[in-house]
Amino acid sequence: MEQTNGLSEELNTEEKKRRGRVAITLEDVHISYDIRNRGSIKGSIGKKHEKKRYYEAVKGISLKIRRGQIVGIIGSNGAGKSTLLRAIAGIFSVNSGKIDLHGNSVSLMAIGVGFEKNLTGRENIMLSGLLLGFTREKIENEMQRIIDFSELGDFIDRPVASYSSGMYSKLAFSITAVLETDILLIDEVLSVGDRHFKKKSYRRMKRMIEKKRHTVLIVSHSDSTLRDLCDHVLWLDDGKMVMYGPADEVLDSYNASMEDDDE
Amino acid sequence: MRYLTRFFKDLSKYSTYVVCSAKAKLAADVAGSRLNWVWWVLEPLCMMLVYTFVFGVIFTGREENFPLFIFIGLTLWNFFSGNVKVSVRIIRRSKSVITRIYVPKLMLNITQLLVSGFKMLISFGIIIIMMIFFRVVPTVNILWLIPVMLLLVMLSFGVMCFFMHFGVYVTDLVNATDIILKLIFYMTGIFFDITLRVGKSYPELAVVLSKVNPMAFILTSARTALLGGGMPDLLCLGIWFVIALLIDIFGIILVYKNENSYAKAI
Repeated sequence: MEQTNGLSEELNTEEKKRRGRVAITLEDVHISYDIRNRGSIKGSIGKKHEKKRYYEAVKGISLKIRRGQIVGIIGSNGAGKSTLLRAIAGIFSVNSGKIDLHGNSVSLMAIGVGFEKNLTGRENIMLSGLLLGFTREKIENEMQRIIDFSELGDFIDRPVASYSSGMYSKLAFSITAVLETDILLIDEVLSVGDRHFKKKSYRRMKRMIEKKRHTVLIVSHSDSTLRDLCDHVLWLDDGKMVMYGPADEVLDSYNASMEDDDE
Repeated sequence: MRYLTRFFKDLSKYSTYVVCSAKAKLAADVAGSRLNWVWWVLEPLCMMLVYTFVFGVIFTGREENFPLFIFIGLTLWNFFSGNVKVSVRIIRRSKSVITRIYVPKLMLNITQLLVSGFKMLISFGIIIIMMIFFRVVPTVNILWLIPVMLLLVMLSFGVMCFFMHFGVYVTDLVNATDIILKLIFYMTGIFFDITLRVGKSYPELAVVLSKVNPMAFILTSARTALLGGGMPDLLCLGIWFVIALLIDIFGIILVYKNENSYAKAI
């Protein structure tokens, strides 16, 4: 009896190694927004307490994503894609359920990433890097690489407020592209900057993904991007999971349902 | 309890971030202006001159070492009110960062404390120079300044936590804060001695004002320690320490419980 147990355990660890460890666990995740008008002192005078009204953006999603998996997320506007990413990034709290990243570091790459506008690009690189969990030495070592990749040149020592929106997102992309976290959350970032930088960032992204060292979640509306990069796709609609599986399969049925809607 | 250990863990984990962020903010503060860091000295100095003129010449203030008296008051008051004012909007102001990446929101307050603390140190430099100028000889009681300043920092931090939290959800708290601070400003005795002025006609009210208003108490204690060479009211100091600690604890719990909803609300 003991022997068989030992054998199955061995099989299990083998199995685990082969599949890679779980990097992200979502357990029945619900996320809602309070859509009641924000309170004011003026508004609270003479009014009864307004009941809280919630808009539930994510309604019970459970999922396990293993290390090295590239998962695309697709769905119409308002399906809860970005909300889900932000919750995984630790920016939003879940209202019920659980998100476990198993100790992995995480970063969210998104269009129009935010910086402290009064500070210089260089200072913002340092601050973002520290918040991503890197040490000061590591960031200082990589600083030049980030600056080179961003192609910002002398602008790096000027306040971010003076940047154009393209420069803004170039810098943001470069930080996350050089300072690589275990889990990458990508929110439509593949359209950053001018055409030249777009190509460059796409190549960079692809290289990072192909290394299979990172777990990647990509939100995109682009069918070809998802087919190209992802091995699995999660289809969300109205905060619920419609389908989760191999990329081509899910994308085919997604497209089919979209065409049905069109008719 | 869980939140308190988390607070200290975050404090050490994010210490580099807080320091770098405060340094960068201070640098940005002066980068655009012509006189650079000179403003940090010039601004409080000018304010002191204005108040000295208005209340010393026009309203004939008779407090001893009047400019110094005002300047100490202003220094401590500006630290407190500046921090509270910033904390009301601090979440909305850092929107671009906190909607992209997780930052323990309390660290924003700590950063702000460092920034204004640095500016306060400059003011204290001016105070020392003024004390030499006015030939004020400090006694050993000057050491009481340390617990008094600690109380000021603890009190500020706690109050900031509450204003930060409600600043997210109550849109017009900014306006209310200005009014509240103005009121406390005049009840704190920045440019008059409460016991001397109010005490003449309403002795009981003076006692209440100077002890129930923590800022008045802190100011009076700091002035006695620096100028009068006396000790603060120890019982009062102890009580306020306990209260400030409680405000801190509840503030920390409040913010940790709600901080991940802030990003949804702004």
